[in-house]
Order: sequence, then structure tokens, then C-alpha cells
Amino acid sequence: MGNRIDQTFEKLRASKQAAMIAYIAAGDPSLDATEAIVPALERAGVDLVELGLPFSDPLADGIVNQLAAARALEAGATTVKVLECVRAIRKKSQVPIVLYTYLNPIYRYGFERFMKDAEASGVDGLLILDLPPDEVDSNPDFATDSSLKRIRLIAPTTPESRITKLTAGASGFIYYVSREGVTGERADVAETLSERVAAIRATTSLPIAVGFGISTPEQVKQVAAVSDAVVVGSAIVKRIAEWGAEPDLVDRLSAFVAPIAAATKSTLHRA
Amino acid sequence: MTDLQKLPDQHGHFGPYGGMFVPETLMDALNTLTEEYAKAREDKTFQEELAATLKDFAGRPTPLYFAERLTRELGGAKIYFKREDLLHTGAHKINNALGQIILAKRMGKKRIIAETGAGQHGVATATVCARAGMECVIYMGAVDMERQALNVARMRFLGAKVVGVTAGQATLKEAINEAMRDWVTNVRTTHYILGSALGSHPYPMIVRDFHRVIGEEARRQVLEREGRLPDLLVACVGGGSNAIGLFWPFLNDENVKMIGVEAGGRGIRLGEHAARFEGGKLGVLQGTRTYLLTDDDGQIQLTHSVSAGLDYAAIGPEHAYLRDQGRIDYAFATDDEALSAFQHLSQTEGIIPALETAHAVAHVLKAAPTMNPDQILVANLSGRGDKDVAQAASILLK
Repeated sequence: MGNRIDQTFEKLRASKQAAMIAYIAAGDPSLDATEAIVPALERAGVDLVELGLPFSDPLADGIVNQLAAARALEAGATTVKVLECVRAIRKKSQVPIVLYTYLNPIYRYGFERFMKDAEASGVDGLLILDLPPDEVDSNPDFATDSSLKRIRLIAPTTPESRITKLTAGASGFIYYVSREGVTGERADVAETLSERVAAIRATTSLPIAVGFGISTPEQVKQVAAVSDAVVVGSAIVKRIAEWGAEPDLVDRLSAFVAPIAAATKSTLHRA
Repeated sequence: MTDLQKLPDQHGHFGPYGGMFVPETLMDALNTLTEEYAKAREDKTFQEELAATLKDFAGRPTPLYFAERLTRELGGAKIYFKREDLLHTGAHKINNALGQIILAKRMGKKRIIAETGAGQHGVATATVCARAGMECVIYMGAVDMERQALNVARMRFLGAKVVGVTAGQATLKEAINEAMRDWVTNVRTTHYILGSALGSHPYPMIVRDFHRVIGEEARRQVLEREGRLPDLLVACVGGGSNAIGLFWPFLNDENVKMIGVEAGGRGIRLGEHAARFEGGKLGVLQGTRTYLLTDDDGQIQLTHSVSAGLDYAAIGPEHAYLRDQGRIDYAFATDDEALSAFQHLSQTEGIIPALETAHAVAHVLKAAPTMNPDQILVANLSGRGDKDVAQAASILLK
């Protein structure tokens, strides 16, 4: 069986559609809730889910995601339990899942052991925010031959000369950060987006996802027109914070996400 | 013996420690800083401006003071104190702040941010920003703002904006997280003056280099005075900037022993201390691989120290390396021992030390009596205690 991430992007590429990627913090408000939310997101039109594996010191994240990680840890999320949660999700859903996290939890778990266990649990890809390719090159222990896709971030501050270095070791897709700063909702989408996406596209055939600060169907349409996937994170996490205690949390989230997911599909891109 | 003064390598590694474990958003800024610093280090104009400013504005060289009464009382080694507490703003932190502000000007940055624990680095940064006419924002844990209120007021008088951080345990680690978030957002206009020998490369190297003047002076002064090198160096270690500054120029002097003193807090129990070499594990935090107080799940543990400046979960990567090499030993002093040393030094030598520094003094009180009267001990008196008077009074004078 091929990787779920590749299969999803191949399918969407054939129909000239962009993917909708949703980010949530695993374990917020509880791992049981996450187990129910992920399949519901898929039914609402989400093509790929990024699950935050919570870390106590998420320095690339804005306040919304920091609080989500804190709630998840408070509710008892651990690396082992998050992997168990993915295993449980896999009984109900085959939506591609990428773990989004920081290095220390994986480092303490054991890098190779983590890769093996994550793969066995049904995880498809990994995005480690504070592990740049420079460190992978000089620490062979961070370069494993696992089949997990290694998603890489590219920032607006990344010089063009560095883009090739980032795309060379990446797999699955490239995650372009559309705005400088930490995660969080923004009022506008960066204007230079299409130029930057084109510069990345020149170095790789991997799909390019754009994220950091996208929250409305209008922004989604703009981004879907120039990229292969749109990441919506804080906007969803904020609703989970708000509705976490409601018995119909899952239904409310589905209703919030559905129009955003529909917007990614309303724009035929790269026609 | 290997040359211990050759590191870090070009990737910022001290053996297995250090490195650049940061989000991509910061990589360009850090690479640029590395290049600019490499140029500045070789630039005579830069070095001359720094040396002149350290002399005329900060008050270097600082004295190497023979603590005669304390020496007699303890009956062991001759005790000397390197008087960094006499520098402008009251601690060694000004050495690094001055170096980095000159670097920031060279890079054309308009805005400065910094974190602070005890407030000494915040005050030093606010001071150099006032002098350079630059906008200055200091991030400080809300708990530290309360226990170091005097320094908060000083920073504000100097024109800095002090932003309280309430996340987590609201101390130094959270202040660094918040400063890094600011930097990620404003990286094009802003330079981050990190205040200790920690974080991502090139900071552990830059901060160390700007503090090496402490050890270079001390080495020269002790040779002038005693005609030989000391037997033991002692300094407190939070991130480790004052310690590496004193120790580094002596690293290849095989017979000079060195001890870094960590914060033992209320005792070496989970969440009660900040002694990374007592129960810490290898991990990655805030840009660097080093010893951390982390649980097996990779979450950073709570720390405690009576001194805000030592209350931090990670130790600078070069310290981790030099400990592995067997070059530096590490010990710890508890809150009670530090408070007792705070009073002891005040009443024996007429010097009120910072509570951070008092940890080093506490170790001097233990080590000196075990040494011979013909041996020499040099301790770094990294900061003065004015900022701690209210806190110490609330504990000791009640």
C-alpha cells in the first residue's frame, strides 16, 4: 500500500483541486474527543489532518495553540497515548495524518523507536518544527529510513538559495508559512504568496501547502488558487477551546469546517 | 590534551551538544548573525569600539579583590573575588549587552528584544538601548517581575517596555519562549539580545566571547598578584554566562580546577530545584541540545530556585560538553545555603552579593576550608545584591 499522503494528493491533482488540511492539538480537550473529531473532520471535507503532539514549550506557536497544548497535557496526553489514539482513529478513518511537534518529546522517546511506532500506529508523516535539515545533515541519528513522510517548513524569510536545501530532503508535501510570525489567525493573506510558491515550485515536484493564519473561506479561495493545499489551524483550535465542554462539539466543528473545506474545492487550480 | 578552546564547530556543536534546533523562520536570522559576528570578530574597529565602551561606560577592568577576612575565617585557600558586581548596572551582563548592541547597529537593526530572569540582563539591555537610542522590549516572567520589582522599575526608567509573561511557571524559560515568538514575527527589523550562553548557535559562542574578558582579566590579575595561576575557580551557573566567561581563558591550564554551582533549590526533588546535572537528561530546548530537566515524555519539568537568574531548566551546551570532558565539575547550593552565604559575605567582607552569586559564595564557604593556605581560589562575584534586598529581607529578617 502506498502512503496515504501521496495517494490523496494524486487524487486531488487529477481533479485539479486543492487539499484542505486541518490542524488540531491531539488530546484537546481529551484524546477521546480527538478520536471522534478526526473522522468527523474527514466527513466534513478535510483531506489531511495535522495532529499536534503536545509539547510544554511550543515556541513557534501563538497563544491559541499554546493553550491547546497546555489543555492536552493537563488532560493527560502523552506521546504513547497520542499514538494509541491514532491507532484507534485508523479503525474508523483512513484520512492521512501528519504529526506536528517539537523535537524534545521525540528525542526522549527515542528517534528511531518513535518513527517505527508512529508508522505502526498509522501515522503518515511528521513535521518537527525545531529540526531543520542542517541538524539532520550533521546528526545521522535524525535521518532514518522510515517510510514516514518528512514534511518541511519554508518561511517568508527563507532565502531562495536555501529553498533547494529544504525541498531536497522533504517528502509528502512542503509547508509554506504564509506570514512571518507564530501560528494564529490573521486579517489578510500575504500578497507575495504566488511569487514565493512559484519559487518553491521551481525546486520540487512535491505538493505545496500554505498555512499560518488562514481562517475564512475567502482566504482559503485565494490560497487554493495558487497552492496545492490550504492549512487551517488556529481557527479550528479556537473553536475547540470555545466549545470543548459542549456535548455537540463534534457537530459544531463539522459545521464550522465544512464551508472552509468546500471553498478549497470551489477553485480549480493550476488549470 | 585536546584544545578545548577550538569549539564550537561551524555548525555550532560542542561535541554532541549545542546546534541550531529552531523553526525555519529563524534560520536566516541566525545564519546572518553568525556571518556578521564572524566579520565583526576580525574587525579592528569593532573590537576597539567594544573595548573603549567596556572601559569608559561599563567600568572595566574590574578589580580582583583579596577577601582577607573571609580567608582568615575559613582557614584554607586564599580567596579572591572577581568584582563583576562593580560594573555599571551591577552585574557581568553588561559585557554581552554592549557587545551585542554594537553588533545590532552594524546589522542595521532598529529594535531590540531580550528576555530576563533576575532582571540584570534586562537592565543591561535597556541601558545599552537607551545609550544607542534604540527601541527596547524586555520579556520577563510574571513571577520574576514580582520578586525582582526593583529591576522592573529600572528597566522602565531606562525607557524599555517590560512585557510580563504569564504562561507556564512564568519565569525565565517562558520569557525566552515569548522573546523567540516576538523575534519570529519581527525578525527583519529586530535583533534578539539573548542574555546567557544558551539557545541556538551562534548565541552560546557570542555570549561566551563577550564574557571572556572576565577570565582574561582575572588570569592576568592573579598572575600579577601571586605570580601563579589559581588552583580553583568557582562560579554560579544558570545558563552559564558568567561561569564560561571566567573559566574559558583557563581551559587549557591543566592545573586550574573549575566548579560551576547550580541551584539546588529546596533540595534535589522533582520540581524543587534547577540543578540540571542532578537528575537532568539529554534533550533539546529553545534551540540547543543539552542537559535539561525533562520528564520521560519530553515535557519540560518545573524548576525552583530562590534566585530568578538560576531558575531555568537547561544548561548552556558548552558546560555540558566540558563536564563530559571532565574539565569542569559541577556542584549545587540550596536556597538555604545561598541565603546564608548572602548574609555571610555581607557581614564578613561588606559585599552584598546577588542571590545568584550567593550560590557561588556558598560553594566557596564549603571548598576553601578543605584547601591549603598556599592554594588560591578565585570566585566570580557576578552581580551585586541590591535587587535582592527586598526578597532576602522578607525571608531572613522576618
